[in-house]
Amino acid sequence: MFDQLRTIAIITLLAGGFIASGIVACGGGDETDAVVETDAGTDSDTDALVDTDSPTDSAASAGNDQSAEPTSADAPASEAAEVEQSTVAGGRLALVQSRGELICGVNDQIVGFGAVDPDGEFAGFDIDFCRAIAAAVFGDPQAVSFRPLSAQQRFTALQTGEVDVLIRNTTWTLSRDTQNGLDFSPTTFYDGQGMMVRTDLAVTALEDLEGASICVGSGTTTERNLGDAMREAGADFTPVVFEGADEVFNAYESGRCEAVTADMSALVSRQTTLPDPDSHSIMDIVLSKEPLGPAVLQGDPGWADVVNWVVFGIIQAEEFGITSDNVDTFLGGDVPEMMRFLGEEAALGEGLGLSNDFMIDVIRAVGNYGEIYDRHLGPDTPFDLPRGSNRLWTDGGLLYSPPFN
Amino acid sequence: MRTGLDSRRNERLAFFDMMLSDERGRRAVAQVVVGVVVLLILARFALGIAADFQKQGLTPGFGFLSNTAGFGISESRSFTETDSYWQAFRVGLENTLRVAILGIFLATPLGALIALSRLSGNPIASRISAAYIEIFRNTPLLVQLIFWYQGVLLRLPGLADAITWSPGGGGDSGFGEITWLALSQKGMALPRIIPGDGSWAIFAAVVVGGVVAAVVVSWRRRRSATNGGRSFGFAFAVVAWAAIVASAWLAVGRGAFELELPTVDRFRYGGGTILNPEYSALLIGLVAYTAAFIAEVVRGGIQSVSGGQFEAGRAVGLSEAQLLRHVVLPQALRVIVPPLTNQYLNLTKNSSLAIYIGFPDLFNVSLTIGNQTGQFVIVTAMIMAVYLALSLLSSMAMNLYSRRVRLVER
Repeated sequence: MFDQLRTIAIITLLAGGFIASGIVACGGGDETDAVVETDAGTDSDTDALVDTDSPTDSAASAGNDQSAEPTSADAPASEAAEVEQSTVAGGRLALVQSRGELICGVNDQIVGFGAVDPDGEFAGFDIDFCRAIAAAVFGDPQAVSFRPLSAQQRFTALQTGEVDVLIRNTTWTLSRDTQNGLDFSPTTFYDGQGMMVRTDLAVTALEDLEGASICVGSGTTTERNLGDAMREAGADFTPVVFEGADEVFNAYESGRCEAVTADMSALVSRQTTLPDPDSHSIMDIVLSKEPLGPAVLQGDPGWADVVNWVVFGIIQAEEFGITSDNVDTFLGGDVPEMMRFLGEEAALGEGLGLSNDFMIDVIRAVGNYGEIYDRHLGPDTPFDLPRGSNRLWTDGGLLYSPPFN
Repeated sequence: MRTGLDSRRNERLAFFDMMLSDERGRRAVAQVVVGVVVLLILARFALGIAADFQKQGLTPGFGFLSNTAGFGISESRSFTETDSYWQAFRVGLENTLRVAILGIFLATPLGALIALSRLSGNPIASRISAAYIEIFRNTPLLVQLIFWYQGVLLRLPGLADAITWSPGGGGDSGFGEITWLALSQKGMALPRIIPGDGSWAIFAAVVVGGVVAAVVVSWRRRRSATNGGRSFGFAFAVVAWAAIVASAWLAVGRGAFELELPTVDRFRYGGGTILNPEYSALLIGLVAYTAAFIAEVVRGGIQSVSGGQFEAGRAVGLSEAQLLRHVVLPQALRVIVPPLTNQYLNLTKNSSLAIYIGFPDLFNVSLTIGNQTGQFVIVTAMIMAVYLALSLLSSMAMNLYSRRVRLVER
């Protein structure tokens, strides 16, 4: 009898001990230092998980880190030296100039936008904007070094000052603009979910796809964007949903679907890998908004202005009809607007901390927007992507530059 | 301080010794320890999930399921983009059940047939069956599904060149060619039977016929038990049932059913019953794969019946069919049913591979719901709960059956 009681007592004690230690391990306790330590450890674990999973959420922690930085003088010594320097001594532009080259965060995996060409050189639509900034700052489009970044690395690289500017098909969203501590420059490429169809079907509008099967990947918003667009068009359709992009395009290729939907940039590069690319065409329709453009770190308006106005200048050059071939013929002209643009009148470049004729260097180096577009995505490339929204506002597109006054 | 700790530890060790000296005590402690550890692990997960929810600003709950889904589902006549996530989830579940139930019904006889032919003395049939089993059992199911889908069904001609069969000469509906049967990349189209005004009479006749057939069978059995001779119960029952149904049909006339013939339109079939290539590929793949396993289960069951039983059966003059039905199967079923249950469960769970061939089963649809709402934890829990419930239900049914065929010892 006594034995049994004792056993029960011991078991109760032990169980109590286990539960107590369990509570400690789970971070529910509040007594000792050890508890606090475990607690903190647990929290940072979950943080790391959230961070890697979704770029939007990485904002929370990263945004906090750098929000302290721009308050210059009393920034803690542990902060990245470069960042501090950029905010204290004349900003990022001065830092870039003293370094003698621009560091540009790019993609190295999307042919047409950012990739390494057969000669081992970075080439692509985004790459040219990096070169344009280098040309504006140094007069030399080669004064740039490229840092290939993954989707997860990109914001951290910018936040820690490892790169001066991020031009890596990054969609401008509110949460990135605020929580991630970025400043976005004008959109250089209006991407969006697009639709590829067999050319022989002679489909020109979503309404023509009444009754069709459409292959789609089970992505974040792709299916819903498709559903919304087809509902709006009043066209009944059959979605065929796969998990991976390869399955989606295999099914489309074999003829199961009349059309396939994905982001435009994905469609154009996939199209080139289809057996007979010419028998497929990408419709001139966008199902969702994915504005891509350069991003810089928030809190350095001077540097942001440089990037912004180089982008605007490239757009403005197309509007003026100035190309890398004919730029010299515009010199010494008599149109006041163009004279200001090319730095022959007024001193617009000075305001940016650049030479007044910075746009001449930019245009000589990479040309105007249309030239950049055509070089990497236009009719002479395997992609032959219609300009769509990426036309000038004068042609019914969205590209618009504020005046160079 | 240190000595104080030591003495406390010594006390604890003394307690531990005492406790371990008692057998029951040891067992109880082991139970408690395991239980507590399990609880701790579960609590850790629960707390982690709760913390994540809080971080992402999500409220755990099922409220999001009544929001508009906004995406379409291919395998549903009724579902539209404006329906709720609940509806989408339900459609996914229906699709899973559609594949699983029909798959089980097709795989079982196919597997049994393969097993019997493998056991038969016929060398060709036996070899073919053996080859079938080895091929399908020893290659991954996912590979087989992709083979059926991309390698076979999507290699059929396009809709414009569909293989059609139109005994009545077909015709044109204005939308496309009317046909009885069409086969193409877009799947197979068959006539659809639409119940007409008089169809209730036919259904009633089917039910009444079934009852009458059951009565006839038991009457024949009793008669044969008292008078001797074969009962022919099955044959009588079929005749009785067919007679009742046929007379009802004649009475109702042509209004009983209407046939809706499919048409071949521009992008899809119109009307009729349509088997999409995704559904067909999944069904064929699952049936072919599971039948190989079922064949081995059945073969094992039959071979577990000792040779003496066969000899005894033949010695009393039973035909091969009678031998199988009255001697072998009752004994073999006891061995077959439990592993057969496993195969049924496997087939149901394997149907979640549908996502690779674009069939909107429960898993595929749920993944989309999770993606769109960010409620992955809840959605995953729902998927798991549904598969668990399906598995438990079917093993419960099979256990009941297993109890029925169990050896009754007197």
